[in-house]
Amino acid sequence: MQLFVNVLLSGVVQGMAFAVVALGLVLISRATGIVNFAQGAMGMFTTFIAFSLLTNGLGYWPAFAATLAIGFAFGAVVERTLIRPLQGKPALNSVIVTIGLLVVLEGLAGSIWGNVARGFPAAFSQRGLVIGTTRVAFSQFDVFIVCAVALLVAAVVALFRWTDLGLRMRAAAFSPEVSRLLGVRVGRLFTLGWALACAAGSLAGLIVAPLSSFSPYYMDLYLVYGFTAAVLGGLLSPAGAVVGGLATGLAIAFVGGYLGSDLQPIAALALLLLVLTLRPQGLFGTAEIRRV
Amino acid sequence: MTGASPRTGADTPTTGAVRRARLRSLPSTIRLPRQPLVRHLILFVLGAGFFYLVTVNVSAYNDYQIGEIAVYAVVLGGLSLLTGHNGQFSLGHGAFMIIGAYTLALLQLHAHVGLVGELVLASLIAALAGIVVGVPAARLNAPYLAGVTLMLALGLPQLSAKYGSVFGGEQGLTTTPPIAPGSVSSEEWLAWIEILCALVVIVLLANLVRSRFGRAFRAVRDDEVAAAISGIHVARTKVLAFAVSAGCAGLGGALLVLSTGVVNVGEFPLSLSIALLAAMVLGGASSLVGIWWGAIALVYMPTWSTSLSQHLSLGTSAAAYLSDTFFGAILIIAMLVAPTGIQGGLRWIGRQSWRALAGSVPRPATAGPSLAPSSGERDGAHENATDTTSQDLPNLGDRERRQR
Repeated sequence: MQLFVNVLLSGVVQGMAFAVVALGLVLISRATGIVNFAQGAMGMFTTFIAFSLLTNGLGYWPAFAATLAIGFAFGAVVERTLIRPLQGKPALNSVIVTIGLLVVLEGLAGSIWGNVARGFPAAFSQRGLVIGTTRVAFSQFDVFIVCAVALLVAAVVALFRWTDLGLRMRAAAFSPEVSRLLGVRVGRLFTLGWALACAAGSLAGLIVAPLSSFSPYYMDLYLVYGFTAAVLGGLLSPAGAVVGGLATGLAIAFVGGYLGSDLQPIAALALLLLVLTLRPQGLFGTAEIRRV
Repeated sequence: MTGASPRTGADTPTTGAVRRARLRSLPSTIRLPRQPLVRHLILFVLGAGFFYLVTVNVSAYNDYQIGEIAVYAVVLGGLSLLTGHNGQFSLGHGAFMIIGAYTLALLQLHAHVGLVGELVLASLIAALAGIVVGVPAARLNAPYLAGVTLMLALGLPQLSAKYGSVFGGEQGLTTTPPIAPGSVSSEEWLAWIEILCALVVIVLLANLVRSRFGRAFRAVRDDEVAAAISGIHVARTKVLAFAVSAGCAGLGGALLVLSTGVVNVGEFPLSLSIALLAAMVLGGASSLVGIWWGAIALVYMPTWSTSLSQHLSLGTSAAAYLSDTFFGAILIIAMLVAPTGIQGGLRWIGRQSWRALAGSVPRPATAGPSLAPSSGERDGAHENATDTTSQDLPNLGDRERRQR
């Protein structure tokens, strides 16, 4: 019973981390219609910048805020310099650029900070909370993760649903040509989408780093699970990303808890293949209608 | 498709005709036969002769490296079919190499089917795995397949640790290299086997690309809806391309561990899969000649990057990442600047000098660069096919138009 509860709780926390990665993928997929394979690596890189800030004496929260800001700017720069020139070419080309970016960022991080597993500080205590008389696998930091992710997703959903900017972003993603004719600055909104996604990636990097061994490759698996979560959620819906993230997190945690952690990636792959076979549009997506 | 003719109406009839006549007469001395099979077999014989002369004249270590180049050419040939001709791409070809490699090792341990049987089974089983992965993913856009294969590349290696009793865990399994006959050195013999496999695979792929399957691949790449309307089963075509590609990777993996003598998953990290993609893009995604450039880069890049980092006196950590970073940078730069890769560049240079030689013959303007060469340059070998029936499907749709 205790194993079950602990697995359940760690699944929720992991799922929240997957949800942030998935949210970044969704934001970019909505904006520019591609899957950003550098989503994890961008977060990894900004988290290494945060690591440098922290070791140079900056406090945790200033470094936290600075990292999100750097991530925001980084996403905008990447969109302007690497993705924008490929507009109008097959989406395949942009996706390959993001893969190149993934490798280059990991290589750069390895060259600058070295490929050693370090510890990354957490915002709050990582000791499990005591409920009644038993200590459960759910710490203050885990509470922070759940709250931060919930807040972020709520903010993104609110942005899309209730603000003028969000409406324009949805319009730009839905039909760039018509939006452009109606005076929407489509290019800027695409840049904003990338910037927001990369800020979300930075948040993912910051909350994942204390949970795993912090090396240039620590986001690889989270990218993969985040991708699973995003596909589960339909790749276009922010709320779907959270549900997909939770589902993936719980599935991964139960496979890890009861069958062994070696099987986790393959289990995620099986889950993804299952979803793609039974419900290709994802749990929350609507079937795409192809016009001829 | 049709090469020079469509725009010649803009010329005055006399000069146009003269130029065309000059263009036709000039290359006739060096032109290879138009029949694809004959042309490919001639190239096969020439390639075999070339490699034979090279391998007998270089040291054993160079033989080993040439064999490795041939192995990567097999894998890259499959990737080129998948990406260049079918518009899908895989981040997990390292995983299919693992499947081929372990199939070979397990067959050598538990069954005796001979080298040919081992290699054929290795590629068949990898192709089967490709079908399992490709069937759900092929119904959707290319990035889904890339994501699924990425997961395979990360997840599959962990199975060897989980089922250590079968796959040998961290140490992996050992393989026995084939015994060289008579006076041939074992490195040479292995290199010959690998080169023979590479040439056979590439001739088969070249014929496949020119067949109706190849045309279906490209039709699906260019416009899925138009392809479906033309009676092509889109999903089946994608899965076929993926299975063939995975089979090539399986064969490559089997050949690779034949020369290294051991199989363990450490030899096939995720970075290998990405380097394969980069090498394919570097050579020129849709060119079966260009893959050789990519294969050479894959084999020599680690050596070059070591000497380069010594030359620049980089720190050890930077040196370790130079090769990987190079392949990542290749992906970005090639996509932004030269999506047709080295072979596309060479073809462009060739065309320019050709034009200078034969007088300026107007050609239909090709669309902006994309990963797959536009229809104008795609059938480079058929450029002057104005008098034969062009067997290619018409350019079914404008890829540029359907961005999202």
